[in-house]
Amino acid sequence: MSYTFDWSVLWSGQPAWWLLQGLLTTLRLSALGWLLAVGLGVLAGALRTVAFMPLRAAAVFYVEFFRNVPLLVWMFFWYFGVPPLLPAAVQDWLFNHAAEFWAAVAALGVYHGARMSEVIRSGIQSIPRTQFEASLAMGLTTFQAYRLVILPVALRLIVPPGTNESLNLLKNSSVALTISVAELTFQTRQIETYTARAIEALTAGTLIYLALCLSIATIMARVERRYAIPGLIARVEAG
Amino acid sequence: MDVSVVVDNLPFLIVQGFIGVGPFIGGTLRLAVPAIVLGFLLGILIGLARLARAPWVRLPATVYVELFRGVPLVMVIFWIWFIVPQLLQRPIPEYGVALTAFVIFEAAYFGEIVRAGVQSVPRGQVEAATALGLTSTKTMTYVVLPQALRNMVPSLVTQMIVLFKDTSLASIIGYVDLTKAAQIVNNREIKPFELYLFIAIVYWLCTYSMSRVARRLEHRRATA
Repeated sequence: MSYTFDWSVLWSGQPAWWLLQGLLTTLRLSALGWLLAVGLGVLAGALRTVAFMPLRAAAVFYVEFFRNVPLLVWMFFWYFGVPPLLPAAVQDWLFNHAAEFWAAVAALGVYHGARMSEVIRSGIQSIPRTQFEASLAMGLTTFQAYRLVILPVALRLIVPPGTNESLNLLKNSSVALTISVAELTFQTRQIETYTARAIEALTAGTLIYLALCLSIATIMARVERRYAIPGLIARVEAG
Repeated sequence: MDVSVVVDNLPFLIVQGFIGVGPFIGGTLRLAVPAIVLGFLLGILIGLARLARAPWVRLPATVYVELFRGVPLVMVIFWIWFIVPQLLQRPIPEYGVALTAFVIFEAAYFGEIVRAGVQSVPRGQVEAATALGLTSTKTMTYVVLPQALRNMVPSLVTQMIVLFKDTSLASIIGYVDLTKAAQIVNNREIKPFELYLFIAIVYWLCTYSMSRVARRLEHRRATA
């Protein structure tokens, strides 16, 4: 192979700036998507436990439909399919305020919300019903039982699969390049297009993703150890 | 809602896009099925390598798994797309690029499942097999792997569903799968809502039936 490396393309002129902007967009997209995903995940998880049938059915439909269809299809759906159905004023606003970014946030949040709700549900379900009954017998109210008994354990059980799922969300934000959100992978492609330096550009992008994922995983592993419940080694598997 | 756009283009979407028979190189099934089989086979090797006692076998496998699990699939597809033609000094068809990327990427995930499955087999089983005079290869093939495979079934099917959905990303490099077929039709008809909803339902029918089969297998395992 007669390829001469030229790593200087990465920090001379535009490319370094592009990479930084891409990284910031990836982080912003993932953070907003994550908030939406956790919100929807908690909501769907909670609705699956209520007694009122239609609400329960709606939550099951949401989880089963949205997590079983590729994220890429949702990207196209939210970017190309949904805006034409909105009122003209909303459309105008969206297309003046980076519609592709908000479509990507919606796609990521709604898709991962369905997956997140399964993580949350399995965390809560892994706590024996008797714990709840025992708390009531001790004289706690339902709210107190959740706040003092169920949630402290459930949240800790959710940390490992929740971290895993959040990292999936971060990595999946790269799919937003298909609707031309200028995130990290998009910028990597752009550097390749402008400099014809594929290996250097891809190496830079790959290393940034790796650094992000490994550092988040390391921090969360420390959190997990710090708050581990002594004697409890049961882990919740993501559904 | 205009269903006729889906009905009119149904042969193109299903025969070309989903199955892969037609003028373009494509097909979701034609990519997903070999990718699942080859990815699983490579995953078995990687999973076993991670459990090996020799560090020169274990360490490369660990690096492989950690590397590919920390990088988006889109990135891996671009790597194969740009680098392999440069290495081989000749162009590679999209099908080859997509299949290689999926097999390499998913093998890391399958490898973790295999490792967890093998570790789930009680240690006493290996000791008993050794006490009976079986070599370590025979212990693996006749005692550990059959039990491990049974324990792996639920997570394996989950991973297959993930891989099946991931094949939609092959459309990024121009492989005409179901997603790309819908894009092509949409460019002509401009009916994005109907078309993307339709392919979402097609994908859903496949993945949901896979998860139903998984649940049944799991149930049978529990009662056995």
